[in-house]
Amino acid sequence: MIAPPRVWWKPLGRLERSWFKLAFVWCIFLTAMMPLWFFLGRQNVPTTTYRVTAEQFQRQVDAFIQQYQVGTENGFPVVEPPPGSDVYMLARMWQWTPVLKLKRGATYRLHLSSTDVQHGFSLQPLNLNFMVLPGYDYVVTITPTTAGEFSVVCNEYCGIGHHLMIGKIIVTE
Amino acid sequence: MAVAAIPRRETTVFRTCSATGLKVDVAAERLIIANAVAAVVALLVGGILALLIALTRWQAIHLLNPVWFYRLTTLHGIDMLIAWIVFFEVAGLYFGSTVALNARMVKPAIGWLAFALMVVGGALLNIVVLTGGADVMFTAYVPLKAHPLFYLGYILFAVGALVAVGLFFTNIIVAKAEGRYEGSLPLFVFGLVTASIIATYTLLSGAMSLVPAFFWSLGWIENYDAGFYRNLFWGFGHPAQQINLAAMVAIWYVLAGITTGAVPLNEKLSRLAFILYILFINLGAAHHLLVDPGPSFAWKATNTSYAMYLAVLGSLIHAFSIPAAVEVALRRRGHKRGLLEWLRRAPWREPGFSALVISMIVFGWIGGVTGVTIGTEQINMMAHNTMRVPGHFHATVVGGTTLAFMGLTYYLIPLIFRRELKFKKLAIWQPYVYGIGMAIVSVGMVAAGLQGVARRHWDITFTQAPFQSPVPGTVHLALAVLGIGAIIAIIGGAMYLIVVLASVFTGKRVEPTSPTLVIDPPPAMGYLSEEEEKDPQLQPRGTFVLVLAFLMFFAAYYLSNWWLLGRAWMVR
Repeated sequence: MIAPPRVWWKPLGRLERSWFKLAFVWCIFLTAMMPLWFFLGRQNVPTTTYRVTAEQFQRQVDAFIQQYQVGTENGFPVVEPPPGSDVYMLARMWQWTPVLKLKRGATYRLHLSSTDVQHGFSLQPLNLNFMVLPGYDYVVTITPTTAGEFSVVCNEYCGIGHHLMIGKIIVTE
Repeated sequence: MAVAAIPRRETTVFRTCSATGLKVDVAAERLIIANAVAAVVALLVGGILALLIALTRWQAIHLLNPVWFYRLTTLHGIDMLIAWIVFFEVAGLYFGSTVALNARMVKPAIGWLAFALMVVGGALLNIVVLTGGADVMFTAYVPLKAHPLFYLGYILFAVGALVAVGLFFTNIIVAKAEGRYEGSLPLFVFGLVTASIIATYTLLSGAMSLVPAFFWSLGWIENYDAGFYRNLFWGFGHPAQQINLAAMVAIWYVLAGITTGAVPLNEKLSRLAFILYILFINLGAAHHLLVDPGPSFAWKATNTSYAMYLAVLGSLIHAFSIPAAVEVALRRRGHKRGLLEWLRRAPWREPGFSALVISMIVFGWIGGVTGVTIGTEQINMMAHNTMRVPGHFHATVVGGTTLAFMGLTYYLIPLIFRRELKFKKLAIWQPYVYGIGMAIVSVGMVAAGLQGVARRHWDITFTQAPFQSPVPGTVHLALAVLGIGAIIAIIGGAMYLIVVLASVFTGKRVEPTSPTLVIDPPPAMGYLSEEEEKDPQLQPRGTFVLVLAFLMFFAAYYLSNWWLLGRAWMVR
């Protein structure tokens, strides 16, 4: 609040110096954790992305559903693709389609995109979250390690029906 | 510099403050009052909205219907994050560039132009949102379209703020040229300069994202890429909160000075911390894009870590420097026993002091720790768009910044408004009620978010949806904690508004005699002599132990999140 003395460029006190060093070391540790996990960890943020138009993505999803549909649930197609394949989930106001049936331990390339506004892919109760943007085909390479029924909540506000937007992923043994 | 570079034609009307001896430009004072009043009005509106929203998210009450929930959530963000904070910051910038330097407001007319632009922009935003023209949330993510006047309101407000920032820089440069102050800027003003530099590029980025959005809403541009908009918008949205951070830290130093006589122990270190903010903090814009399609790992990791967590280093420096300055000031006044006697003897009844302490604790222990953790590239997969995000920023912007601003207001009322503070008892308790309420709100939100509860969501039970999502009892508990915390915080907010509005409109006109409200006599500020700096009795040993405890808590929370992530599905 008051003006400093004319010469204020002074060496640090003993405790100040210790804290500064400690804080700096902690910052370096925080920095190192991300690349470390990138190479050693099993959960990393996907980076594969393609440009796609709404029409293209809609066609891909339609073809995918036609090829692998095994039933319907509450009016939504249920699709069981072979393990290791490319799978699709389309977001639009206010639906996730189709319902996916996956095998535990198999790896899938899950393509996410939106045909209208921005949506948020939130897999619950696992709590894994990704953005779904129109114009972008986001490829999430995913390996379910637990079986059961999971819901896909939309967690990016997308209009008045936002809280009705919920999808489903079933993982079988 | 004995000769003023610009010949002095003194047309400015100054009064001399009877409590501090500072020269106050009367034209500057009017602008400070106008901006502060506008800020408090915005806080009043935003606070009412906060109550309605919190009582809706508390699932057992579920007050509003979905239309009004989304509408008022949009407006709550705008009135709080934009209107309240920025109006108050402009008042602070004018105070720092005139009163604190014994200087004049160079062009008051420009100040009023900025004020008018901000008021018109803010009013436009409120009207458009309340009439249903912009149910798009604070972020207005393209391609969710709002009425063109909504974007125009945003732009007018941002331009007004930019003009005010320009006036601040002009004031400081002219003050130096006219020789109004000598030597270096006080640390408080240095902090405000930091905030203003950050504000300049932030507001420009805001214009870059919102002007095309305005044209797009008018149909002049056909396509506006969603990812591109997000990148530009967060160049505005996140650094905007860093303006608050720099301003809040500057105010922390002021509150510490007024209430305990504390001065920075090492100006070099404290100024370095502010410079680290200027250089690195805008990289934090990437926090919002960590699970977006597009950017690479290298881009995300570099930006989210502020290059090497160098902006975090700045905050860690302040986290030590400010309590250490307080400790040394109190030790100097004789409270030297043991590690923590100074803390016991601190002026806990002085609202500026309690506001400072609680603001620092809520900001650092809750806001800072959760923020760095969810801002870690991989951990963000478990946090993005969940309640952990509002849990983080309600601790930083509300429990931290807002509470610090509230604490400062109590001192501006006698000094700038020249009104006697009414309901002083209420003011003494207010920081405790508000701060504890906000801490509970944040903890409730983080606890809900850790269980996957989405933010900005009207009904997590999906009663009308095609599929259900099981909601465990612990989620309902977390949301109830949030609701109860909100009610406590609203009471604290109402206490603040009662004290401020009653004092400003019905308080007795006074010439203040003391800068403090409770402590008598006010503690004197003075830099330490060389012998005092070496005195082992005056070393901030207690603070050192406190910050070590903080670092251990930080490490425990951070590492447990990695452990949690390791249990999720494999994803690449």
